[in-house]
Amino acid sequence: MNLSIALPKGRLGEKVYTRFAEAGYPCPDVLSESRKLIFDNRELSARYFWAKPSDVAIYVERGAADLGVAGKDILLEYEPDVLELADLGTGNCRMCVASMEGFLPDEQRTLRVATKFSRIATAYFAKKGRDIELIQLNGSIEIAPIIGLSDVIVDIVETGTTLRENHLAVLETIMPISARLIANRASYFFRKGQMDALASALSGKE
Amino acid sequence: MTIPDGILKREERVLLALRALYRQNGYTQYKMRKFEEYDLYADNRDFLVSGSVITFHDTDGKLLALKPDVTLSIVRSGRDEPDTVQKVYYQENVYRVAGYSRSFREIMQAGVECIGAVDACQLAETLFLAAKSLSLISGKSVLALSHLGAVSRIMELAGLGRDDQRLALGFISRKSLHELSSLCKEKNTQSEAAAGLLKLAGLSGSPEEVLPVLEEIGCSREAGELKRVTDALKNTDVYASVRIDFSVVNDPAYYNGLVFQGYVDGIPERVISGGQYDRLMRKMGRQANAIGFAVYLDTLEHLEDSPAPDADILLVYPAGSDASAVLGAARKLQAQGKSVSCMTRVPQSRRFGQVAALTAEGDVRYES
Repeated sequence: MNLSIALPKGRLGEKVYTRFAEAGYPCPDVLSESRKLIFDNRELSARYFWAKPSDVAIYVERGAADLGVAGKDILLEYEPDVLELADLGTGNCRMCVASMEGFLPDEQRTLRVATKFSRIATAYFAKKGRDIELIQLNGSIEIAPIIGLSDVIVDIVETGTTLRENHLAVLETIMPISARLIANRASYFFRKGQMDALASALSGKE
Repeated sequence: MTIPDGILKREERVLLALRALYRQNGYTQYKMRKFEEYDLYADNRDFLVSGSVITFHDTDGKLLALKPDVTLSIVRSGRDEPDTVQKVYYQENVYRVAGYSRSFREIMQAGVECIGAVDACQLAETLFLAAKSLSLISGKSVLALSHLGAVSRIMELAGLGRDDQRLALGFISRKSLHELSSLCKEKNTQSEAAAGLLKLAGLSGSPEEVLPVLEEIGCSREAGELKRVTDALKNTDVYASVRIDFSVVNDPAYYNGLVFQGYVDGIPERVISGGQYDRLMRKMGRQANAIGFAVYLDTLEHLEDSPAPDADILLVYPAGSDASAVLGAARKLQAQGKSVSCMTRVPQSRRFGQVAALTAEGDVRYES
């Protein structure tokens, strides 16, 4: 296949696939209900495959996919050596510091921060000159301050519903997050025309 | 002596071809010892592909390192001789963190360094050697060329401070035009300067396509330098592989002027990296200028097809056979240019092109 595209499993990937299809790269079975993971359009010599959202950048960096769609949070956290060709303006959310409603940090103590995004959290608090104790978690981050594991969390907030339902509140917004079209560096030089055209179409700059 | 096909691995074949190319162009081989004093790398950590170094203590307590890089040793060992040029090539094993596993590996690296009175002729020659090196690896390659002077000029025209320049350089290297645009908006960059910065970041193509635009956005001097060196390659067989692309960025603390990376279709990472490193020379107390590049031969593994068989033919003979009959049958097959392995049974864990049985009558019967 001449062009291989890694899509993040889930709602975002489905939405983004529709835009790829509209931009001239359809592959009808991609949205079928089957458990199939890889889909080829032989006519276009294009391949799509579903990947765990946090793994898409790895597939692209290592050249298993020429293009992929990954959240800015993943790109900042793992710093893969890839090109970031377009902000797709979808999958919008925020990277935030949150804690229990009414939480007031004790400036005399090291701040305990629970997160999946250790690089982002470390960089953010280092810039503020704040000493932190990092607690690396892999899921259900919201419960950390509730049960006293941490003072705050650094996590992605989309609508804020989960936070509200657990009596948590956003203290600070670190940065806005959205989905990005990423490309393998080497592959770009051999498929530049296709990739540039797709990037323009997907970012609405045709 | 000619070496039969299939004996040398791709990496070895390429290495021989590279050595011939560099020698043909007047480069002499630089041999270095395996260890260097650790201070050399500690003082120039950012110059290294990966900052990590394997260290150990010598018997006198001195801290040594297994060399992670060759250029620093070449620069340190040389002397400035006005108006002359030192041209060396190397093939050395280096020890550094590499690959996606982020662990230490021994890597075969080749490269050239041109140190001294580096003029347009030397710059063009180095670019030619880099592009030619790529063509010896694959017929489908790209030498992507950039000019750090142009990148600095455009960032200065945009009025970006030092921290913002670092950010902008990251965006340019990732072709994140959307991030660059946001940064310009945030810093209230004048619209014309911002447009120039965005144009530069998006530039990618042949010299004919890119250089007029580079002039248009205020980088006439750098466009002129790029034109001089790329024009010199016009009548060569590698010119079609030359692209100008400003996503190629090397650390401006060490590099200046021309920087480049080489790519081969089918290898997902850069195969060649190089550029002018006059700033490294100054840091190391040298007055001479320099340009060079490294070829990362470990990346060639990506091009390997299915693994070669252990032998073309496995000759299976009955246990207790007459040794001279077995070896005689093997020699007959070898005379036909085949590699032959003789065993009494077919092993599970090895690969052979064909399996043949030696009968009690001395006949060779191929199994389907």
